[in-house]
Amino acid sequence: MNSQPARERILARLHASGTEQTTVPEVPLPPELLLDREAKIERLAAQMAAIRTEVHIVKADTWIEKLNEVAREKGWKRLLYGPGAPIGPAIETAWASDAAGLPELVAYAGPVETFKEDLFQIDAGITSARAGVAETGAVVLWPTAHEPRLMSLVPPVHVAVLDADTIYNSMTEMMAVEKWADGMPTNALLISGPSKTADIEFTLVFGVHGPKELVLLIRK
Amino acid sequence: MGNKTTFDFEANIDGALKDDQLRKNLRKAMDILVDKRRTVFPDTTYLEQLRSAGNAIKRRALKQLPRLLEQLEANCTKNGIQVHWAEDTAQANGIVLDILRRHEARDIVKGKSMVSEEMHLNHFLEKNDIEAIETDLGEFIIQLNHETPSHIIVPAIHKNKDEVAAIFNEKIPDTPYTEDVEELTAIARRVLRKRFAAAKVGLSGVNFAIAETGTLLLVENEGNGRMCTTVPEVHVAVMGLEKVLEKLSDVPPLLRLLTGSATGQTITTYVNMISSPRKSEEKDGPKEVHLVILDNGRSRMLADPEFRQTLLCIRCGTCLNHCPVYVRIGGHAYGHVYPGPIGKILTPQMEGLEQAGVLATASSLCGACGEVCPVRIPIPDLIRRLRNESYDQDGSAVVDGGGYKKNLAETLVWKGWELANRSPVLNEMGTRLAGTIGKRLPKVGPLEKWTRVRTSPKVARTSLHERARNEGVNDE
Repeated sequence: MNSQPARERILARLHASGTEQTTVPEVPLPPELLLDREAKIERLAAQMAAIRTEVHIVKADTWIEKLNEVAREKGWKRLLYGPGAPIGPAIETAWASDAAGLPELVAYAGPVETFKEDLFQIDAGITSARAGVAETGAVVLWPTAHEPRLMSLVPPVHVAVLDADTIYNSMTEMMAVEKWADGMPTNALLISGPSKTADIEFTLVFGVHGPKELVLLIRK
Repeated sequence: MGNKTTFDFEANIDGALKDDQLRKNLRKAMDILVDKRRTVFPDTTYLEQLRSAGNAIKRRALKQLPRLLEQLEANCTKNGIQVHWAEDTAQANGIVLDILRRHEARDIVKGKSMVSEEMHLNHFLEKNDIEAIETDLGEFIIQLNHETPSHIIVPAIHKNKDEVAAIFNEKIPDTPYTEDVEELTAIARRVLRKRFAAAKVGLSGVNFAIAETGTLLLVENEGNGRMCTTVPEVHVAVMGLEKVLEKLSDVPPLLRLLTGSATGQTITTYVNMISSPRKSEEKDGPKEVHLVILDNGRSRMLADPEFRQTLLCIRCGTCLNHCPVYVRIGGHAYGHVYPGPIGKILTPQMEGLEQAGVLATASSLCGACGEVCPVRIPIPDLIRRLRNESYDQDGSAVVDGGGYKKNLAETLVWKGWELANRSPVLNEMGTRLAGTIGKRLPKVGPLEKWTRVRTSPKVARTSLHERARNEGVNDE
């Protein structure tokens, strides 16, 4: 359907509305949160834990051990990961493919069309997080070809790996420092907890359409 | 919209007020939402500053609206998103249907979108043999029961869990009756996961569209929005043209206001920013993304400096939660897509006063909606303006159907009142007359209706002027 005539008429009406001749005052934003490194980690962890994210703060070189422990405890059968992602190689060497009690690693290798049925059967997915936001408590994902969008959505458990040094005070600070306006990815996500709903009598239930559990490993 | 010929507001109100279950469900729900909002904004100074900033950001966007829409279109197009324009809902529906036909889609999975409700898209698609599947849990519940949303944020809030249990048991095959909310949610998850995996096309609304980068931003808690915008091969987003923002840096303060006002959250579970379809090296995401920009009366609202403020709205629904009328009658009684205070100012401007002007009468003008509005829309002022336009004494009305309530008797009364107040002699005569016959006025017509639930005012035998003069007080 050609919507060009509609476009022209709408824009003509908007131009004729007189809106462009109005004056609008500049109003300053309320002061931004300003925390030190430790306080940012603490705030992010507390905020996300409050809405049922399972947060583990670990030393940078021991995160794989923690993953091992969590995987064993939760008894996942299969774990989806991105082989080409920065955390991919470490995950591949984390445990032997036939290690008892540990999940089989499944690579998100091809386009979703070749993989959809299997994808909807997998227990857990692990991705890296690009950044964190302390103020509201959220991890930030820019899914890539190596760690596609559905990894953090379809499996019932999502494990996110975040570096403590990438935690910003606020979304405003993050967007400015990382110059988001210069180029946005296909999809950018802020995730603050597991999927949830309160649509029936405000009873909070986790895992309505997305992951039922969110596990966050913060590498310090 | 909806039931054009059968809309009887008074009957709806009457019915709603007599529905004890509905009133109980609503009271409980609205109290929770009001409380959650208060808790998430504990610092009123901060909140007031944020509201002023939100108002300024939206006003700045409206000031540049035509330019920003063109910039949004240019940047979306550059990113590979196909942009369509619709003057009215029929055109918007046509555009969506075209896309569905091109992909030979028999169904479409939908994330929550009030604009799609405004379009009556589901009904339109059904007539064209395409099944629209609502996937937000609340929307899913009411769709099963062939209802429309009663609230713009929590669409099934008029239902309690027993009612939901009965609906699931009856409408979803092989579903045992359960009042366990976890189980009910699990049932919806099971049913809808299959639909997400199978659908070719997904539809969503847009919370904010950012002109600077050509980005569509959606907030949600359930993950169904991400499903609809990521799993199917095609994603169609529909938005009202007032949703555009100038810059990415405008987002955080408005996001805070939106989620805080809507559900008392500092942030939703997901903030989903979409700037392009799947790129060649990427493994998932839709291969086509379409954006439908809908006018449907909005450009007309923009032309009036006062009514223009209707377009500041970010659809948080907090004016509903705080409205003493909404809390008592619920969303369905309003008979139109947008209920509550925002609906009272939005719907008459979209549909005309003759069709929907009556909505503006359902207000005590208590001012609560204006006080809580995150972007400071003076809703009570706009309600009064619409009431005035309904009578339009001097032909200055800008809304369709202006003066529809005007009648000779009332016009004469006001003319007389004006005259009496301009002439001291007539004024004095009138005051004396009121003192003598005021009490004896027959309670008929509007007076009967007015005094049915109110004590009629007592007119003093002597006017204040007279008393002052008699008692020797200088009142000039």
